[in-house]
Parts: sequence; structure tokens; C-alpha cells
Amino acid sequence: MSAPGASAEPWPLWEVFVRAGRGLSHVHVGSLHAPDSDMALRNARDLYTRRNEGTSIWVVPAEAITTSDPDAKGAFFESPAGKNYRHAVYYTASEGVKHL
Amino acid sequence: MDELTLSDELAGAGGVATTDVAEYALWLGDDALILSQQLGWWISRAPELEEDVALGNIALDLIGHARSLLHYAGTASGRTEDDLAYWRTEPEFRSAWLFEQPNGDFGHTIARQLVASVYLFELYSRLRASSDATLAAIAEKSLKEVDYHRDHAVQWILRLAGGTDESRRRITVALADVWPYVDELFRDEPLIDRLEGVAVRPSTLRPAFDDVIVGVLSEAGLQTPAGFIASGGGRRGSHFTTMGYLLAELQVLARQHPGASW
Repeated sequence: MSAPGASAEPWPLWEVFVRAGRGLSHVHVGSLHAPDSDMALRNARDLYTRRNEGTSIWVVPAEAITTSDPDAKGAFFESPAGKNYRHAVYYTASEGVKHL
Repeated sequence: MDELTLSDELAGAGGVATTDVAEYALWLGDDALILSQQLGWWISRAPELEEDVALGNIALDLIGHARSLLHYAGTASGRTEDDLAYWRTEPEFRSAWLFEQPNGDFGHTIARQLVASVYLFELYSRLRASSDATLAAIAEKSLKEVDYHRDHAVQWILRLAGGTDESRRRITVALADVWPYVDELFRDEPLIDRLEGVAVRPSTLRPAFDDVIVGVLSEAGLQTPAGFIASGGGRRGSHFTTMGYLLAELQVLARQHPGASW
């Protein structure tokens, strides 16, 4: 609807994290708009936990998240190439070590 | 969804109501049905997409309550929940006038939600102790949902009251417009005398209702409205002027295509 308040600032964006059950981490499920954190939690409940998906919700202001630069992908994420010694499987088990 | 799944969703299914209990179930079921129909109007029209979903969720919860209650009411006369929702005429409905008040602007809808959800929360809290097992089961299931509806309304009352001058002006007007219809909710009709231990006596809910409302409104820095009291009469089949239009929209599809399904 484009009527009253249309010219006003839109509500800020929030990122939503839901924990599906005990022992699991909160996982990013999406984002939403809300005027403040209390309403963001309630909107998240309505949008992302309608089918028993969660036991806990976090909401974080989207602007509070610092993201890596997509253009710096090479420097950031491709450096491990050729460094197989960083993986445990690179090493052979010593004789006499059981249960490895 | 097929019939089987639909009936699985009914709270307290299996009981058969007496005529008086069925009448009481109609009161509560029609309140929920009419409020749900009203809230459905907001879908695609709410101020933000997120609020659209919130109001839609509340409407769906209320439809669930209405289905359970109308199903139970129908057991007294061999009618289904659909028979009762789609094939009764206006004087056969039992909803109170509060629920028939127009959606108005967002403030009016929130003011109506505040009154409705605080009233329903107090009602279902006590109805859980009903000697009628079906009503107690329906109340038990509905209470958690109404608790959320109440929270939703309270959050919005606080924000509209503490927002801009315009939002505060509008919620003040909305509360004043809705208030004449509060009184009817707490009237003890003769039916209640015949349902001792089964029904909740409406007048006994008023003190708890007032306590919650006064608490919320004082936190919001708003006055509790005072003024005239509407005649009401919904429990006897006399309805507010909006009711004819509401029912026409609610019933037109079922009446044009009787027995249609998909």
C-alpha cells in the first residue's frame, strides 16, 4: 500500500538465526524488516518458526554484520590450495598407534 | 488437506454437546470466526509484509478455535462446522459486537485486538477448569495462541502510543471508538445460569481484564477510555450494522457452489 507513511524511512533489516534443537548451533535462515529488536524477534517467530523449526531465535541488525569482500576471494579463501599438510589425512599413522 | 487431517486438528474432538452447551460454544466460536474473517482483510494490506504475516497468523489461529467450537456446537443438532459457518443467517449468529467492529485503520484493528485478546486470555484461562471436558480441551489449546495475540497487541499499543504524534492520536481515537463495545463481553445472559461449572460467568472476568488493560495503557501513557456503552445484543442474535456485509463475504462462495471442494 502506498499511502500514509510511504515516504517514511523503511524499517531496518535484521538477520535471523534459528536453533533447531538442543545441541545444535543457531543457523542463518533469512532476514526481515522490523522497527526494533523486540518486534524483529516476534516477526521472526511468525516468518521462520511456523512449522516447529526452532527452540531459540537470534536477531541481529544486518548493519552490525561485517562481511568479507567478494572481490578478495582469492586472497581470502584460495590460500590453502597446495597446503595439504593442513589436513589430518596428509599424515600416516605411526606404527603402534591403535584406534586412530 | 483431506477431511481426516482436518478433523485431527480439532481440539477436544469426540464429545457431544447438550443444547445449552452448544449455544455457549456458538458464542465463543462465532466470536473467533468473525474476528478471524475481519483480520483476513488485512492480508496484502498491512503496513509491512511482516505485519501482514503476523495478522494472517493470528487469523489462522482464530479459525482453528472457531472450527473446534463450531464442530462441538454442531454435535447437538447434527450439523457440521461448515453448516454453522456458511448456512446460518445473521440472527442465528451469536458473536458480540466488539468482534463485528470495522477494521478501521491499523490503530483500530490493534485496539480491537487488545480488547479481544485480553478478554479471550482471561476467558480461556478459566475455561480450562470447565466440567465439560471438550470445552476444557479447546481452552487449553487456544490459551497459548491467545497469549501470543495479546503480546502482539500490547507491543503495538506501546509503539503506536510512543511513536509519532500522529500514531498516538490515532491509537487514542481507536481505543475510544472500540470502548463502547467492551461492556457486552462481560454481561451474564440467562444461559450462564444454566451452565454453572461449565461456562465461565462473564462478569467474573471483568476485574482481571481491567487490571491488565489499566497496566498496559498506563505503561503506554494513555487514559482508559470512558463514555457511552453500546446496547449490544449479539448473544441474542441482534448484530452491529457491519455484520450483514461480513457474512455476505464470508458465505458467498459456499452458497454459490454448495458442497464444492478442491
